[in-house]
Formats: sequence, structure tokens, C-alpha cells
Amino acid sequence: MDMHPKKRIEIIVEAPAIHRLTAALESAGVTGYSILPVLGGRGSTGTWSRDGLVGGAGQMVMLICITDAGRVEAVLDHVMRLLSRQIGIVTVGDVAVVRGERF
Amino acid sequence: MSGIDLAIANLTSPMVLFFVLGFAAALARSDLSVPEAIAKALALYLMLAIGFKGGVEINKTGIDARMLGAIGAGALLSAVIPLIGYGLLRLTTRLSAVDAAAVAAHYGSISIVTFVAGTEAVRLAGWPFEGYLVAVAAIMETPAIMVALLLARRAAPDRRGEPVGALLREIGLNGSIVMLIGSFIIGAITGPKGLQMIDPFIGAPFRGILCLFLLDMGLVAGRGLREGGRLLSLPVIAFGLYMPLISAVLAAAFCLVLPLSPGGAALLITLSASASYIAVPAAMRLALPEARPAIYLTLSLAVTFPFNLTIGLPLYLFLAARVSGGN
Repeated sequence: MDMHPKKRIEIIVEAPAIHRLTAALESAGVTGYSILPVLGGRGSTGTWSRDGLVGGAGQMVMLICITDAGRVEAVLDHVMRLLSRQIGIVTVGDVAVVRGERF
Repeated sequence: MSGIDLAIANLTSPMVLFFVLGFAAALARSDLSVPEAIAKALALYLMLAIGFKGGVEINKTGIDARMLGAIGAGALLSAVIPLIGYGLLRLTTRLSAVDAAAVAAHYGSISIVTFVAGTEAVRLAGWPFEGYLVAVAAIMETPAIMVALLLARRAAPDRRGEPVGALLREIGLNGSIVMLIGSFIIGAITGPKGLQMIDPFIGAPFRGILCLFLLDMGLVAGRGLREGGRLLSLPVIAFGLYMPLISAVLAAAFCLVLPLSPGGAALLITLSASASYIAVPAAMRLALPEARPAIYLTLSLAVTFPFNLTIGLPLYLFLAARVSGGN
């Protein structure tokens, strides 16, 4: 089976900022992404947990998108314009996908 | 009912005791927890019930100058309280201007759960209250945020170029506000007939569901205190305790001229004394991301909310009875 090398960008961000993040990704030309809830964790700003929370503050979500290596820099530029002031983590990793034309 | 009787009735109500249970369980590191989805469903239920009942009252009485006066007073209080809070924080604590502005926004805005608990305390005292206080609550969410943004922008001029339109839309369309106002409008349209149709859902179960929600709030507040309490200095904690009282006295002064019943006055005072921990923290994460949530969220949720629920409410009822000439 043919596999295609791509970049996987993982962003953990505060829940209230997620709509701004997806708008930034769309303006950078990202055509698809997935968003997952983060149950809890700990970082430099302290501990967080989703349990019992009603509002978005204090909750974190993870966004995953897969894109071409050539587009990563432009995507990160857009993302960091927003995230440089927010609590969050951005990582980029190498992955292989089966349907390369989709990313 | 005397001040002592009010305090005893409040502290021994199931609602407050369930909050205390949650708070104590979190401090003791119990694994008791309410899943996020259930907490959100409980909050939606409470917004629906309180909004709908308020709307039904408006259906009976109609919109009048008293309602508009109370809404105007609420908006004014919400705008003025952050200015006082910001000044006090800058004078008495070492918080940065941005942190102080964010904290001040929380105290100008309102906690709808404190309001709901206040309506139960007022009912417990046997006082009726004006249904339009629900609309006053919704109006009081936003001015404080705008004042805090102005304060923060004054302190950090590089932030002036950012548009506020998107933020206003996000605040205005906050889920709890949409549910509260939407239910209020539906209640106002359908009136007592509508209430009769859904009363088995929003009537009898209300207090039990409020108990469960306050258990969750106790757990979240206790957890917040456990995790973030060490970040709060004594002057900041003191602010979380005296600021509600300052806001309450300010609101009581408004009640001297507003034609509110003792129940209505108690709720306007409670709204002013409460500090937001749902809508404003989310707005602050977007508008002032440099402000530390561990400070404003912990202070509002783990210090001021328990204070208001246990000690504040009877004080506000006592104050309301004095300024409105009631019981």
C-alpha cells in the first residue's frame, strides 16, 4: 500500500480559544481537523480537570490536523499569532497517511 | 425573620449543606465528582427554570418603568463596581494592572448560581420578588467586562488595536445567557398556561437539582482552593471577602430609590455582591489572556462564592429588609 509522508500538528489549547484557533487554521488553508476533549492535566500554569466544570475557562481541548510539510510553517505562523498569549502546547510530528490527496 | 434566623435558615438549608459537602469532599481529596456533561445539563436546567419562571411573572405584570429602572440600575452597578474593585486591588495588593482588571471584571459581573441560591433564600424567608430580576441578571453580565477591558487597555496600550466586536458577540451569545434570556422570553410569551404545562419539570424537582448542582460547585470550588489557594496572597483573599460587601452596600443604596420589594432588593443586592465564574472567566481567556486564571477563577469560585452562599445571603436579605422597608 502506498503511504504518503505528512506532518501532524497537535495543539492543546484553552477551550474558550478553540473557535479562534479553527478560524486561524482555516485562514492558513488547513482543510480538516479533529477536536478532542482533554480530561485533565498539569502544566506550568497549574492543574486542570474537566470534571464538574460548567464554563469553558479551566477546560482544555486538543486539536489535531494533518498537513503537507511545505505548509507547516505558514500554519504555525497563523496559530502562534493567536496562541503566543494563550495557555497551550503545540507539537509537530511526522506521520504517514494512506490517502495523501486528502491533506 | 431576624438576621440570626435568616442565617440559621440559610446555613441549614439542604442546598448550602450539599455545597459544604462537595467543598469538604474536594478538600479531603475524595474521588467524588460530577461528570462535566451532567454539570452542564444541570446548569442548563437551572437557567431554563429560573428564566422561564421570571418570564411568566412578566407575562402577569407587563413591562413597566420599574423594570426598566431596575435594568438601568443593574447595568450601572455592573459598570461601576469594577472601577471600585480595580482601584482597591491596585491599592491593597501586588496584582498587575491586567490581573487586577480581570479580577475586577468578575466582581462587576454576576454569578447566576448565586442568584439562583438567592431566590431560594428569599423564598425560604417567605418574600415574593419581581420576575424581571432575571432580565436584570442577564444585563449585568456584560458592562463589567467592557469596563475591565478599558482598564486593561489603559494599562497596556499595545492592546488598543484589537477589535471588541467579536468578543462582545461571544459574551452576548454565551450559552448560559442565551438559555436564561431565551427561557425568560418563552415564559413571557406563554405565561401561566405555559408554566402549568411544564411545572412538573421546573417546579418540584428544582430544589433537588439545585442541591446536586451546588454539590458540584462545592467540589469545583474545593478543588480550586486546594490547587490554586497558595497563589492567592492574604490581601487578595481579603478582597474576595470585603468586595462583595462593598458591592452589596452600593446596591442597597440603589434600592433606597428603586421601588423594589424586599425580595427584589435582596436579589439585586445578591447579584451585585456575586462574582462571575462561568461567563467572565471564559471572556477573560480571550480578552485578557495574560491575566492569570489561577487568581481570578480561584478567588471568585473558591473564596467569594462560598462566602456569599453561607454568610453573604442572610446578610443581603437583612440589608434588603432595612432598605426596602420590608420584613
